[in-house]
Amino acid sequence: MWRYLARRLLLTVPVLLGVATLVFLLIHLIPGDPAQAMLGEGAAPKDVAALRTRLGLDLPLPVQFGRFVNGVVRGDLGTSLRTGEPVAAAIAQRMPATFELALAAMCVALLVAIPLGVAAAVWRGTIVDHAAMTLSLLGISIPNFWLGPMMAIVFAIELGWLPVSGRGTAAHLVLPAVTLGAALAAILARMTRASLLDELRELYVVSARARGVSRARAVWAHAFRNSLVPVVTIVGLQFGSLLTGAIITETIFSWPGVGRLLIQSISFRDYPMVQGCILLIAVTYVMVNLMTDLVYGWLDPRIRLGRG
Amino acid sequence: MTRLGAAIVLFAVVAAIAGPFVVPYDPADQALASRLDRPSWSHPFGLDELGRDVLSRVLSGARISLLVGLLVVGISAAIGAGLGSAAGYFGGWVDDVISRIIDVLMAFPGILLAIALVAVLGPSLTNVIVALASIGWVGYARLVRGQVLRAREFEFVLAARALGARAPRVIGRHVLPSVLAALVVQASLGMAGAIIAEASLSFLGLGVQPPTASWGTMLAGGRAHLLDAPHLTVCPGLAIAILVLGFNFLGDGLRDALDPRRPTH
Repeated sequence: MWRYLARRLLLTVPVLLGVATLVFLLIHLIPGDPAQAMLGEGAAPKDVAALRTRLGLDLPLPVQFGRFVNGVVRGDLGTSLRTGEPVAAAIAQRMPATFELALAAMCVALLVAIPLGVAAAVWRGTIVDHAAMTLSLLGISIPNFWLGPMMAIVFAIELGWLPVSGRGTAAHLVLPAVTLGAALAAILARMTRASLLDELRELYVVSARARGVSRARAVWAHAFRNSLVPVVTIVGLQFGSLLTGAIITETIFSWPGVGRLLIQSISFRDYPMVQGCILLIAVTYVMVNLMTDLVYGWLDPRIRLGRG
Repeated sequence: MTRLGAAIVLFAVVAAIAGPFVVPYDPADQALASRLDRPSWSHPFGLDELGRDVLSRVLSGARISLLVGLLVVGISAAIGAGLGSAAGYFGGWVDDVISRIIDVLMAFPGILLAIALVAVLGPSLTNVIVALASIGWVGYARLVRGQVLRAREFEFVLAARALGARAPRVIGRHVLPSVLAALVVQASLGMAGAIIAEASLSFLGLGVQPPTASWGTMLAGGRAHLLDAPHLTVCPGLAIAILVLGFNFLGDGLRDALDPRRPTH
């Protein structure tokens, strides 16, 4: 297990370095002079030169990269061009809202997906199975930037049950969480069905049934728990995807998270803030995937005992 | 489901091509006096905030979506197949370099990188295609690399190499045809992904710019009129969902049909 842990941690280092390099290079992909692009075409040459110096854009590229990595390691992501506040502080202030939304979406997805996937597997080939799988394919196909407004029309505007935007109470969380969790619920339902079907074909379940164990007991007491192992992995891996999905959901529902901050910063050409948001979301994504791998390694005895 | 998917895709292609000859309105023509009119016989999908015919704009948006999907999938598949087959066939440092680039890009959430690229390059249809193809090739490269690693040990490939065939000929004539089936499945599902990604970027204001009709920009414009003109949101959204569903049905069906080991139930 320790060898696996060390190998997995070591493999993450070049990936994180690659992510940092990509984010650093972004600002250099801006056509023309990045400082001019940030301040606009009408900016005075003096101001453009001052910004270039402030951002270190007049230094050689390797030096700029060294300063960037050094800043990232120390938690210094620069200052916002729009508000003047430190980028790291602005992101830290909004991160809890994004995590809250992602966690709520994950809960919604699990609450919908597990019963749907189990029902589809237990009643395989019946109308229940077809209905569940068609529903899940719909969940994958319907974009969240359409589902969100449609639910807002029905539940906020027509029925008046829920607020249409903002953050504060549990009611504010419902529509964004369902919007963000729908696609994940669809993926997890398909995964749960496939995994449970595999388990139900295993000899230990077949022999339990042959010994007279009821179908319900064979499913719930034997197959179900084992079928959850791959589902747990997907849950972990998809949590990172929820963070990126939150960019659109937060924009739809004016949710004050990092995703909305990113889109606002893009429209104001606040590139230090854009870099900071992208770096943070990407690093969180990598770290969540790493933790999922480690948990999976700990759960799977073949890896834990060094046979993986 | 595969047939249904194929029928949806075929219908969308025909509608996108024949649409301008069937619908009597130009997608850019404005009738401000009738703005936000609800669906009627003369305008089956209603009019938008500038009095433009929503049906004409949905059909025009279909052309954009299919064009972006085709170009992104085509470019991604070409780059991915080239790099993936080089990595799998040559191995060694070529494989190491390409695989590390793939690892980093796979670790980066795809849509986030696309947003970042469009944010710095500027919002436009071309930049959306560039951004989506820049991340899209990774999946194809990984798929092709794995398949080529397997295929290069096939006897007919070993025989071609033994007869002195050069690497490009072995890859192009003998290895790539054997991975074509997997590429077709990936491309079909990739079309669905590219259509949603383009619409997402346009919805966020980072893709196709007004007045060009795109389903994403139409949905973004409809947000301000959820209460008084819900048809602005319903129509383009349904168009995206149905077309994406079609490509997903098609991709799922092709995968089941081309992989005999994969159980359908």
